Amino acid sequence: MAIMRVNPTRMELTRLKKRLITAVRGHKLLKDKRDELMRQFLEIVRKNRVLREKVEQGIIEANKHFVIARSVMQNEVLSTALMLPKQQVGLQVGNKNIMSVNIPVFDIKTKTDNADDIYSYGLAFTSGELDDAVLNLSRVLPDMLALAESEKSAQLLAAEIEKTRRRVNALEHVMIPDLQATIKYITMKLDESERSNLTRLMKVKDMMIEQNIREHQQRDA
Amino acid sequence: MYKIGVIGDYDSICGYAALGLDIFPVDSEQDTTHTLRKLAANDYAIIYITEQMLSGIESEIDKYADVRIPAIIPIPGAGGSLGIGIANVKKSVERAVGSDIIFNDKN
Repeated sequence: MAIMRVNPTRMELTRLKKRLITAVRGHKLLKDKRDELMRQFLEIVRKNRVLREKVEQGIIEANKHFVIARSVMQNEVLSTALMLPKQQVGLQVGNKNIMSVNIPVFDIKTKTDNADDIYSYGLAFTSGELDDAVLNLSRVLPDMLALAESEKSAQLLAAEIEKTRRRVNALEHVMIPDLQATIKYITMKLDESERSNLTRLMKVKDMMIEQNIREHQQRDA
Repeated sequence: MYKIGVIGDYDSICGYAALGLDIFPVDSEQDTTHTLRKLAANDYAIIYITEQMLSGIESEIDKYADVRIPAIIPIPGAGGSLGIGIANVKKSVERAVGSDIIFNDKN
């Protein structure tokens, strides 16, 4: 692993050790965050898959009715029937927090009190198939909302998981090994200079003793 | 108060008008992109768009993937499902996990 460019001093060593502790702690926390995000994400995706199949089924069913309605009614009549909708929906967007990812919660508000008040036409000039088609669509609508919610959540969570995963990997494979290698390098360097210092002292002491002995011998002679 | 918009060819989306959603019939790629941008800037929190209209403007859709609002949701049009909706979910699974672990069994 690459050793950082630092001075091998005791002060630097203390600083790096502190950084290593922070990095290890951060790594653990991010890893936990990633695991939990992943769990939530997979749950949402599984739900999403079922919902999507249901919604697609419902819409295709409604479209079939529309095709039949179109075949028995004139295009102009059909357009006129749907031209002025009686119902108007507004959307309230709440907020849900999953592991500090903000996720929208959709809540629908219809203009008229009765949500089933969907037929914008008199029944005299339109075919029954059109009624079926519109009714089918209105039944799918709540699921469509839930689908929008869970699909958006999945997208947002996926982005967050990707980010967290990158951070975890960067810490695990680059930052922490680098710090460890540098700490080891400084420790060795310090130990080495400690040893060389010790040998030098021993040598000096030897030399001093030798000199002392020689002086004594000269004086005695 | 936010709104819900539906984009697609008229035949596929006329029914949603009866439910009270705002419909925006389009017929070209350019038209779709233009409408999409307009809706995204104008308080539309959910934009349903038919899969037929979606092909060709994926890069435009991806711009909105990381923001909270709007949610752009593909729906099957009059021509039936093209599987783009499921493919989108697959894409986000791949993005999160690195490989597809949920839809494997299907293909």
